[in-house]
Amino acid sequence: MTTSSPQPINRPAVLGVSLWVGVLVLLSHWMGQQAYHWLPVQASNAAPLVDGLFSFETALGTFVFAAVVSVMLWVMVFNRADKYDESDAVPIEGNTKLEVIWTAIPFVLVMGIAVYAMRVNHTLGVLGPMEHIHAHNSAEMQGGYPGDRLPAEQVEVIARQWSWEFRYPGSNVSATELHLAVDQPVTFRLITDDVLHGFYIPAFRLKQDVIPGRAIDFSLTPTREGRYRLRDSQFSGTWFAANQADVVVQSQDDYAAWLKQAAGQPLQAGLSLATQEFSERQKQKNPGWATVPPAPPPQVNVPGSPSLPHDG
Amino acid sequence: MTSATFPADPKPPAGWSRYFGFSTDAKVIGIQYIVLAFFYFLVGGFLAMIIRGELITPASDLVDRTVYNGIYTMHGTIMLFLFIFPVLNGLNNLLIPTMIGAPDMAFPRLNTAAFWLVPVFSLLLVSSFFVPGGPAAAGWWSYPPVSIQNPLGHFINGQFLWILAVALSGISSIMGAVNFVTTILRMRAPGMTLFRMPVFCWTALAAQSLQLIGLPALTGGAIMLLMDLSFGTSFYRAEGGGDPVLYQHFFWFYSHPAVYVIILPVFGIFSEIFPVYSRKPLFGYVYVALASFIIVGLGLVVWVHHMFPSGVSQWMRDLFMGTTMLIAVPTGVKVFAWLGTIWRGKLRLTTPMLFCLGGLFNFVFAGITGIMLATVPVDIHVSNTYFVVGHFHYVIYGAAVMGIFAAIYHWFPKFTGRMPYEGLGKLHCLLTFVGANLNFLPMHPLGLMGMPRRVSSYDPEFTFWNVIASLGAFLLGVSIIPFLLNMLSSWIRGPKAGHNPWNAIGLEWLLPSPPPVENFEDEVPTVISRPYGYGTGEPLVEHQAEIERRLELQEATA
Repeated sequence: MTTSSPQPINRPAVLGVSLWVGVLVLLSHWMGQQAYHWLPVQASNAAPLVDGLFSFETALGTFVFAAVVSVMLWVMVFNRADKYDESDAVPIEGNTKLEVIWTAIPFVLVMGIAVYAMRVNHTLGVLGPMEHIHAHNSAEMQGGYPGDRLPAEQVEVIARQWSWEFRYPGSNVSATELHLAVDQPVTFRLITDDVLHGFYIPAFRLKQDVIPGRAIDFSLTPTREGRYRLRDSQFSGTWFAANQADVVVQSQDDYAAWLKQAAGQPLQAGLSLATQEFSERQKQKNPGWATVPPAPPPQVNVPGSPSLPHDG
Repeated sequence: MTSATFPADPKPPAGWSRYFGFSTDAKVIGIQYIVLAFFYFLVGGFLAMIIRGELITPASDLVDRTVYNGIYTMHGTIMLFLFIFPVLNGLNNLLIPTMIGAPDMAFPRLNTAAFWLVPVFSLLLVSSFFVPGGPAAAGWWSYPPVSIQNPLGHFINGQFLWILAVALSGISSIMGAVNFVTTILRMRAPGMTLFRMPVFCWTALAAQSLQLIGLPALTGGAIMLLMDLSFGTSFYRAEGGGDPVLYQHFFWFYSHPAVYVIILPVFGIFSEIFPVYSRKPLFGYVYVALASFIIVGLGLVVWVHHMFPSGVSQWMRDLFMGTTMLIAVPTGVKVFAWLGTIWRGKLRLTTPMLFCLGGLFNFVFAGITGIMLATVPVDIHVSNTYFVVGHFHYVIYGAAVMGIFAAIYHWFPKFTGRMPYEGLGKLHCLLTFVGANLNFLPMHPLGLMGMPRRVSSYDPEFTFWNVIASLGAFLLGVSIIPFLLNMLSSWIRGPKAGHNPWNAIGLEWLLPSPPPVENFEDEVPTVISRPYGYGTGEPLVEHQAEIERRLELQEATA
């Protein structure tokens, strides 16, 4: 900024600005490291990539923001007019060189970020669902688990107003709690018959809308054992906020044992907070505005527990 | 300007009553827009207080979930369609004719009609609170299929009224846009070439061109939604062969540019106000003016960044990430130009200047989170979370609303003839700045942690930041009190304002305060130099000294 008026080089000013830039670089680096702590635990192979990009953007953003605010504060402190000074400042109408510089630098910066982000995008291997969409036939959701029709490792995810159901067609198991084996790639088939939903597991840093009329294949690899939250991320109506499920990532042995045990359990009503709240609400005289009634809780082998503490 | 085919205008009523009738005077209509908009600002703000009241605890315990959903939907709809667009159209009405030396808008009666549609559709929208089943509750996006579920099955329902109101709002905006674009292109003072036009008019021209290009998409999308909701068609119903994602394209093709319709005039306000209170010309005027149109061009090809997790293919994600990132370049040009303007200026930290500096601070922050949201992998994690809510409230409240307050304080003396009180103004500015940051900054960590937007209850780990955000929101609620007090008391009995209390350069400051009905009437001055000639000593118009002497004489004798 000091170059905006042609002047002989002012050594103390150059030194001061360089020193301040150094301070800002350190601050930005520190913020970039802090950024990792603002995010949930990393529980999928996507998470480190996303977090790395976010940390980089935080550092860069901190630098830009701090630099702009430094200029503003400097001006507000040192370039105030005296109380009775009615005069104008020295008119500087522009500086072509400077304008070219401050067009070129942001251009290079954002294109750099874009290239970095595209690479992350492609390494993530979360391929655009367009290539994976199947005509969704709602008949397949009725009755049974035709294990022969889907690959064994594929989990069917059915989003409803307002519950999540997970079907393991290879093992003849269904649940309202999602169990996954650590370090094993898994493919989901996301379907819904009512409205849009969002399949969002913050600890995995992954999200995919579930769209009526489409069956969307979606792959990920969990990398950390623990209990995480799956949240509906696309507004789906009255009990949208309550449309959560737990995701349990287990060792391969535990996972296999769970599947085996689950297959032996009889079908029972799955978790559906919406159904509970709805029945209580209907007892009230004036419960509120109109709502679609919740779908009945899915019949599953394992309802799971909603009250266990989760890691992210 | 008004021709004589309609009943020849008798004397327009003077005093307060003219604000309650069908005036064709842009200055009356401008104030009608602004006052009506601030009435709905209070309504929308009240709804925000209920939202933050609900979210101060994890459980859904203040209002029923259906009520919460209706309230957040109406908060967004009211703030956008009944506050921010009308208040900006109010400023357009006041500023465009006076800044370019036109006697009125190009089509005064169209202008009246555009304004009076606002109370009509606002009543339609508000009446939806009282129909069976309550108002629309699918968010201001109204994504189908949830928006067309119509649980009670009535023909007249909240969503139905919502769509009608939004469609009428679009019609009103198109009528306004035709008027503003025509006025700017055809009615400038002699000598005022495009590159002698104030930047506010450049940004208004850019923003209103966007309205003309984008609104048909929204209106078309809304009409199909209405057909699906009320007449059994299947444009967006999967079971009938339609596609719910189609609506998202129609919606965002307009609604992303709509953000630029809002922020561009605010860039114009910043570009007007920084030079006045820095006593320096706007740095790089030509580039700042042209950057508005670069933003228009790019702004039309970024809409898919709202849909990265919606089921779009990888190439679309990459393409729209690139275009979205490019927006940072012309926007950066403007930010740097404002910094260049205040650098080595002679700053006067008046209320409008403080609002602009605060607005710039918030805008730069919002720009950085905007870049984060543009990058697909980060967006996949934070889209539809509170991170996005925080980001756009920094843009809309932190930058745009603060810029609008700056404009109101700056031009208040011109259009009311009274000076606003500085003390109350600075208090208002401080409360707004602190309240906005306290309210919207905590939304970023919440989003990063994975709290979805639009939830009526949340997991306990989100409590801390939600409490801070709610306290900030209540502070923002309080911040409006000094503003209203200031506006009312200074309008009624503030000190009389001269024609140019801020010693500013611009055609509007060569008019008496308040300006007469036809502004310069037949004596429109000839513009001979660029705007913002602070410190150059060049007059803006021919015979400037004479015009100013005449105004001073009038003020001395009055």
